[in-house]
Amino acid sequence: MTDSRLFLLLDELAAQVPDGASLALPKDSAGAPMAAVRALVRRGAKDLHLINVPTSGLATDLLVGAGAARLVETSGVSLGEFGGAPRFNAAVKAGAVRVRDATCPAIYAGLQAAEKGLPFMPLRGVIGSDVLAFRDDWKVIDNPFAEAAADPLLLLPAIRPDIALFHARRADRQGNVWIGVQGELAIMAHAAERTLVTVEEIVDGDLMAREESAAGTIPAVYVTAVAEAPRGAWPLGFLDLYPADEAELADYARLARSAEGFAAYLERGCAPAVSR
Amino acid sequence: MPLDCRPEELLIATIARLLRGCRNIAVGVSSPIPGSAALLARAESEEPLRVELLESLEGNSFTRGSVELFDRAAQGRIDAFFLGGGQIDGQANINLVGTGDYPRTAVRWPGSFGSAYLYFLVPRVILFREEHSRRVLVPKVDFVSAPGVSAPEVYRRGGPCALITGKALFRFDRDRRRFRLESLHPGHDLADVLETTGFDFDHDAAPAATAGPDAATLEMIRGPVAREIAKAYPKFAARVFPRA
Repeated sequence: MTDSRLFLLLDELAAQVPDGASLALPKDSAGAPMAAVRALVRRGAKDLHLINVPTSGLATDLLVGAGAARLVETSGVSLGEFGGAPRFNAAVKAGAVRVRDATCPAIYAGLQAAEKGLPFMPLRGVIGSDVLAFRDDWKVIDNPFAEAAADPLLLLPAIRPDIALFHARRADRQGNVWIGVQGELAIMAHAAERTLVTVEEIVDGDLMAREESAAGTIPAVYVTAVAEAPRGAWPLGFLDLYPADEAELADYARLARSAEGFAAYLERGCAPAVSR
Repeated sequence: MPLDCRPEELLIATIARLLRGCRNIAVGVSSPIPGSAALLARAESEEPLRVELLESLEGNSFTRGSVELFDRAAQGRIDAFFLGGGQIDGQANINLVGTGDYPRTAVRWPGSFGSAYLYFLVPRVILFREEHSRRVLVPKVDFVSAPGVSAPEVYRRGGPCALITGKALFRFDRDRRRFRLESLHPGHDLADVLETTGFDFDHDAAPAATAGPDAATLEMIRGPVAREIAKAYPKFAARVFPRA
């Protein structure tokens, strides 16, 4: 089912995320690929291990509510000013999804280790927290470079997602993807085995040809496939292109309080006709 | 209170006083009152003062995404930050994860965000939570997202300096590992604060009142600060500063 074409339709792109994959998603405010998330829900994705980079909101709540995730690795899941993430919270309470709590810089550090091909990355802080107490995959060593006194230091294993999936402003026809200052998207793409991107638009020309655009570009070498998805972050806002659809988000927050309301929302929001 | 001001304006002015002397202040997401306080501190500072608002695209200078906040903090380039908590205890431990037995918590909150890291690295962390109740201010948190104090061998250049709620301002004494009540906001008394605080704290027999903003400060809050914070928090600004 792996499709070797660089440019795919939205549902074809979603089909490139196999059930069971570890899937890195950016935070809601920096390129959450909502159109692709809806396509994953439509195709009935299962058993995903979601890696929030470093937090998430609607994207994770939809996938968890739809039963697409078995594990959520996160530093925080919230709908922001629309309140807590209702389906995520309910699933955690019911034990329907496992949660692996982290802290934002630990997720970045794990991805940065993968970026560098390293087995782990050290990080300051965290020692003495219950975040660490419940992570048996994290280790504390004594800093081997410390000169005098003991200096305990946290080590985090590399995070190498099977797939990174995010929404960006534009791609060119070579598959270079412009992300501007959203640098964590580059970290995700560098760390993941495969990177799938939805974009607002596909443009002519070569983003790598000029330094001004190349500086904010993920070169095509990291990009597995691209799908054009105008307003692909809707109902979230996207950078300065469009604001959040507050009425839609308020509707979601209200409906998703119950499993029945969430099902009604899915009926309405994830049907192929409503790809907006 | 010398002037008729809103509770939010009192909090903004009080937090801004706690930020005096800072050169670099970062403000996390969902933090309109701390954000306003940081902007007020900047407006009143005689020295250059940078404010990084994570919530807004144009309000911060990060060019590598939010990962840069954490790197800057570790290098000592951030002087002050704000944290909250679903629960906060008397040793300044904070819980952003949930109540009950982890991981299947009875109530699940969003998660620890960057707290488990920034609490260690930012010199002046201000705890801010408007709700002042025994539900929030507990004897011991159910989950330690970030500890208030650490063993001496743990690298720690930062930590809690104050806790401000809708009723009072506390200072945290890192050596004694306890809060001390610094002042009561107008309209609140010691008996009420003792009744609604779930942990022990030190206090004077007759605590001071939290000073409200003077006319010039209030004008600053309702003018330039209100206009600036509205870019990141339009709903908050419309509610609190309807005439800005």
